[in-house]
Amino acid sequence: MIETERLPSAEIDSNWATSAAAQERLRQRRRADTRLWLLGLGAVAVAMGLLLILLGSIVSASRTAWTQTSIRLDVTIPADAIDPENAARARYGTFVDDALLGLFPDIETPEEQRLMRSMISNGAQFFIRDQVVADPDLIGQTFSAWVPAADRIDQLHKGVVNRDLPPNRRNVTDSQIDTYDRLVEQDRVRSTFNWTLFTAADSRFPELAGLKGALWGSFYLLLVCFLISFPTGIAAAIYLEEFAPKNRFTDFIEVNINNLAAVPSIVFGLLGLAVFLQVFGLPRSAPLVGGMVLSLMTLPTIIIATRAALKQVPPSIREAALGVGASKQQTVTHHVLPVAMPGILTGTIIGLAQALGETAPLLLIGMNAFITAAPDSMLSPSTALPTQIFIWFDSPERGFVARTSAAIIVLLGFMIIMNATAVFLRQRFQTKW
Amino acid sequence: MVAANARDAASASADRATSAAAAAAAAAGQTKVTARKVNLWYGEKQALYDVDIDITSNEVTAFIGPSGCGKSTFLRCINRMNDTIPICRIEGDIRLDGHDIYDKSIDVVQLRARVGMVFQKPNPFPKSIYENIAYGPKIHGLARDKATLDGIVEKSLKGAGLWKEVADRLDEPGLGLSGGQQQRLCIARAIAVSPEVILMDEPCSALDPIATAVVEELIEELRAKYTIVIVTHNMQQAARVSQKTAFFHLGKLIEFSPTSEIFTSPQHQMTQDYITGRFG
Repeated sequence: MIETERLPSAEIDSNWATSAAAQERLRQRRRADTRLWLLGLGAVAVAMGLLLILLGSIVSASRTAWTQTSIRLDVTIPADAIDPENAARARYGTFVDDALLGLFPDIETPEEQRLMRSMISNGAQFFIRDQVVADPDLIGQTFSAWVPAADRIDQLHKGVVNRDLPPNRRNVTDSQIDTYDRLVEQDRVRSTFNWTLFTAADSRFPELAGLKGALWGSFYLLLVCFLISFPTGIAAAIYLEEFAPKNRFTDFIEVNINNLAAVPSIVFGLLGLAVFLQVFGLPRSAPLVGGMVLSLMTLPTIIIATRAALKQVPPSIREAALGVGASKQQTVTHHVLPVAMPGILTGTIIGLAQALGETAPLLLIGMNAFITAAPDSMLSPSTALPTQIFIWFDSPERGFVARTSAAIIVLLGFMIIMNATAVFLRQRFQTKW
Repeated sequence: MVAANARDAASASADRATSAAAAAAAAAGQTKVTARKVNLWYGEKQALYDVDIDITSNEVTAFIGPSGCGKSTFLRCINRMNDTIPICRIEGDIRLDGHDIYDKSIDVVQLRARVGMVFQKPNPFPKSIYENIAYGPKIHGLARDKATLDGIVEKSLKGAGLWKEVADRLDEPGLGLSGGQQQRLCIARAIAVSPEVILMDEPCSALDPIATAVVEELIEELRAKYTIVIVTHNMQQAARVSQKTAFFHLGKLIEFSPTSEIFTSPQHQMTQDYITGRFG
């Protein structure tokens, strides 16, 4: 209407839609549309490409970590060398060495024998010990057992070590390669799924190192983090959203919560170190402290998500409840919270997934210590998945390279599961209006 | 029975009308709700100016007026629903059966059990039909056992004319009903706590004409037991369902008379302009 008033109808070309200028304008608009479409598509393609490169490199780097090379030995347990009452205490290392040396009587020099012994994992004796303790009938017998190969032989078997390189450029000697080839000929080498990765805690030796300690550590961390931040976060959000008067003080609190969500995580680590460890004297490297630090980070996320979920509950529901004479508390707990719960849970899970991947604050409270046993409580020292990745990444042994990537995949797997749960909860429990 | 008066210097005719209304009220029944000099502010903005009104029991009182005239605001004063708006400030005197409802000794939760409300948009809880009705009686402790509660649910649904339609599917979600059924469910929910007054804020504005007719019939039936106050934008509806009509404009009560009078011989020029469609 306004346009026609400004432009008298006489001045408008009746063929305005078919004129050459109009056609040109139309073409320009279509080109602009196409450009925008291509730009968006390109951006998505770049993002997906980068993601694929990232995942592809991690997966390919982790390839050799999923299997473990073992060597079959015929171990003899002499009856006179062992006390059946106390089967765990015997010199199993000698039994393993004897079994290995017995395979190759032609290797006699102490130096060559030492090199040959280093082909078997240091942990091999414990595998034999556990078998004997579990089955004392083996005492006095000779039996066939698969023991893990040392990392260098594991790498050789997987083809990571290039045997064409000159001997001083590789960590496997010519005599070890020779012995390995003879073991393969005797059908004494095999490769199986690396269960150790999940059943063992950390170790100095890659072939014996696993994520059990880190998984338990992360579990305790998230448990503490959830127990602290979920109830506190929801209570704070309910107060701010449903009860707090709107004044400068609550504005101030709101701004600070938003700022807290943006504070770099390492700052929370410093806080944990200064307050939880030094003032409260809580134990170092403990999942309890880690969980407390992470809950400081998760709290603002949960508060913000809960407030958003509460805001999305239609006011008509509150009015309906108040209209039949429900009190404020009844309105919130009976009607508003159940409707907001899917949103709250989604926010919580996303907050916990962030906490699961957080590394920096855990480094500051000592959760990157070298700990070879899984934690048995929230107070015993432990690592977590991200700090375990950090430790392995720092280790010089060749086998830890692939294991670092494998641990990253495990971490990413848990993140995907948590985020998928969040999506599922949102879809499943969303109220249809 | 005191007539409301002395509002505006210019509304002498309105004064006559309220006097007439008060006389009619004395004849029809007791006064249930009285309001005197009710002023209300949203922050700095004044939304109601010196509203005086007497609402008679067992009658339907309709509030009409153009959008933003304060009729819904005043309705929400009667069960203190405006308390939930932090910036809202109210002055004046509103009495239910002679008791000041803004007195400190009045528990707002108890008040809302006595003065039920039905909203513009049907707003059943996202729960089953049964739960929707049973919620109010439960929180007020009206039912000691399941059988009593079942009885209240059935009676309320029958009272709202919905029983026949939903008797076999009480466990289904209330949100699965049609718009008109949802609104009757909300009416059933309101009467389940045995209120004395039912406030209806444009209860039919989200409904189609057939559902509207059903709800209007229901309002006529409910009048026997309850005092009903209805806000409506639809003047025909006010004419059909109400015994008294109050016309609001810019936060002032312009005219309050028996419905038959206000639509045939309005005392105030503004009322006449509005009901003949010249503004609003």
